[in-house]
Amino acid sequence: MAKLIKDGAFVADDVWTRIDDDAIATEYSLISLDRWTHQQAELQPLASRGKLGLYLNSDQLAEMVAEQCRNFAVIAVDFPKFSDGRGYSTARLLRDQYHYAGDLRAVGDVLIDQLFFMKRVGFSSYALRDDQNEAHALAAFSSFSQPYQAAMDDQRPLFARVSR
Amino acid sequence: MYQYDEYDQQILNERVAQFKSQTERYLAGEIAEDEFLPLRLQNGIYVQRYAPMLRVAIPYGAFTAEQMRALAKVARDYDKGYAHFSTRQNLQFNWPKLEDCPQILADLAKVQMHAVQTSGNCIRNTTTDEYAGVVAEELVDPRPYCEIIRQWSTFHPEFAFLPRKFKIAVNSVPGEDRAATKVHDIGVHIIRNDAGELGYRILVGGGLGRTPIIGETIREFLPEQDLLTYLEAVIRVYNQFGRRDNKYKARIKILTKALGVQRLGELVEAEWNRIKDSAARLTSAELERVKKHFVDPAYATLDNNPAELETAKAENPAFVRWLGRNVRAHKQSGYAVVTLTLKQKGTPPGDVTAEQMEQIATLADEFSFGELRSTHQQNLVLANVEQRQLFTLWQQAKALGLATPTLGLLTDMICCPGGDFCALANAKSIPIADDLQVRFDDLDYLHDLGEIDLNISGCMNACGHHHVGNIGILGVDKKGQEFYQVSLGGNSGERGTASLGKILGPSFSREQLTGVVAKVLDLYVASRHVGESFLETYQRIGHNTFKEAVYGKAD
Ligand code: HEM
Ligand code: SF4
Repeated sequence: MAKLIKDGAFVADDVWTRIDDDAIATEYSLISLDRWTHQQAELQPLASRGKLGLYLNSDQLAEMVAEQCRNFAVIAVDFPKFSDGRGYSTARLLRDQYHYAGDLRAVGDVLIDQLFFMKRVGFSSYALRDDQNEAHALAAFSSFSQPYQAAMDDQRPLFARVSR
Repeated sequence: MYQYDEYDQQILNERVAQFKSQTERYLAGEIAEDEFLPLRLQNGIYVQRYAPMLRVAIPYGAFTAEQMRALAKVARDYDKGYAHFSTRQNLQFNWPKLEDCPQILADLAKVQMHAVQTSGNCIRNTTTDEYAGVVAEELVDPRPYCEIIRQWSTFHPEFAFLPRKFKIAVNSVPGEDRAATKVHDIGVHIIRNDAGELGYRILVGGGLGRTPIIGETIREFLPEQDLLTYLEAVIRVYNQFGRRDNKYKARIKILTKALGVQRLGELVEAEWNRIKDSAARLTSAELERVKKHFVDPAYATLDNNPAELETAKAENPAFVRWLGRNVRAHKQSGYAVVTLTLKQKGTPPGDVTAEQMEQIATLADEFSFGELRSTHQQNLVLANVEQRQLFTLWQQAKALGLATPTLGLLTDMICCPGGDFCALANAKSIPIADDLQVRFDDLDYLHDLGEIDLNISGCMNACGHHHVGNIGILGVDKKGQEFYQVSLGGNSGERGTASLGKILGPSFSREQLTGVVAKVLDLYVASRHVGESFLETYQRIGHNTFKEAVYGKAD
């Protein structure tokens, strides 16, 4: 089991689970985009109560979800391999372009040295791969104190943030 | 030169600490080999044939005497006493131990140097003209823009795991391109529009490697302050849509071809319109801040062609030859731009010893305000030399073996490390460079031939830019034997329009190769019109004429 980091700490009682397309969707299910597209009417009540989550594969880009994102309390973005960096743009666009305000969760091959970047592009929870050292993981969020770029954690680049 | 402020230094120090921890975790077995790979790559460490290689960034080729000394110390303390200047203005150490790399990077951080993003699938060192800021022909100094790109691309949170590496080059000289911008993922041409406003023409999709492609214009004019948001839009589109299933098809050049530059431009434009007015937009204050770091040094008021120079010229034909080749006009009267060539017979192109590095640092201090530039032709430049000191400098550089008067000539070759170092090589490349140096060592002949780019790569990854050599040599594997394919007519853009070379025919053994180059040159000499360069003659008399000269008539 992956260990979930949220709000700077490990949380033990995460309720969200990914379900297969043929399983019954219940409260706290993470469903596929395909399923949402085909069964939106049936799933809408669950979503409206804030009890439905979405699970995106790495090739399911932000524009494929677009404004629909606001139906979900959680959106999990998969990193099938740490070197597949599409999820960073997905997260950034969901937040920045589509104003997603729910919990954006990195899942899959989530390793210590990606956490800092993930936080910056807008992720808010991280299903850390279970072989990763917990103390190092929490420390990694503060690898850099004043990064150069604008991102989702601070919309101002360094030159606008401080007087240089 | 850009001087770090507290923020730059803090970011770099934090990087050193981060990599130290990563290496410790790796050595303790907490990080798997394949997961450590991108971490070390983004810190410039590539495992080659015998040992790791550490590639240190020289942002846009500009560095100081003090930094050169620090690099020399690394070569001495952690390597075998030498280093190698690469074709992207960086410096490589061939033999450091992985365990030592965190300490090396800590030492380098003290002089504001690093190996950040010099390898890996991320945004690499931005390169530019080695004559930036000192030649009259340039529109504006490109270095502030490079520094702004450097800061923006350093640890960009979204673009650390791109489909493939991403290289940006900037040019600011109309009609000339020493930065080979057309074979970069993004080429930035600083221009003025019809209204006289400063901005950029943006090219996309150039690259070498297995599928060499010349970049195409994606935007005719981009206003000055929109640089970063536009780059961000291009790379965001690439990060999402670039292929990830096949690393040989993962560069943005393949995406550009697949979508067409028109369609790619539309996607980029849509994204850019969304973000162009965000807080990420460059401000004039930030542009001014960075530009202030690149003001002219305190030039003395001097005349051109001082008496000291004229006297020395009258007495020394060898000095005159060096002046003609390795020294070029400066925008400031009384000054000159000097290239120190790293192309001595018997040493691999671009290689320098720790002693030479220290001596070069001394020359920089003595003659050029303590500053140096590295070039994509694997040479070094002293950009601000007083003309009255040229003769003294020449004597000293000559004694150090750095004054071979062959800049831009046949033996000023570009050459990759090849089979002597690189695990990907099909064939050795350094011995080929050596063979050619030995065969063509007659200075009169070389000068008579005039400017020719000869580039050598040990395999189709094209680190030696063979596709854009007027004469390109590529190592190929033929049933386990090392062979060499020759191509003609390539051009990096330095001499007119960029073009890719065309393969001459079946490959040759190492023994045959110098003879083949000799035949090509003989035909040129026999066919040229007065004042015509190799490339011009090639274009006029055609590829097949050369082919026949080398292989005989086909019929
Ligand atoms: C010895 C270790 C080296 C290895 C294993 C290596 C590997 C590679 C590979 C695999 C590529 C192709 C990437 C692609 O097309 O996507 C490449 C490209 C390149 N390398 Fe190297 N390289 C090495 C050293 C060097 C050195 C020493 C230089 C400079 C002298 C250099 C300069 C370049 C350049 C300019 C390219 C550009 C090709 C392009 O942009 O399309 N490399 N290298
Ligand atoms: S061209 Fe090939 S042989 Fe030469 S350095 Fe690059 S990868 Fe190695």
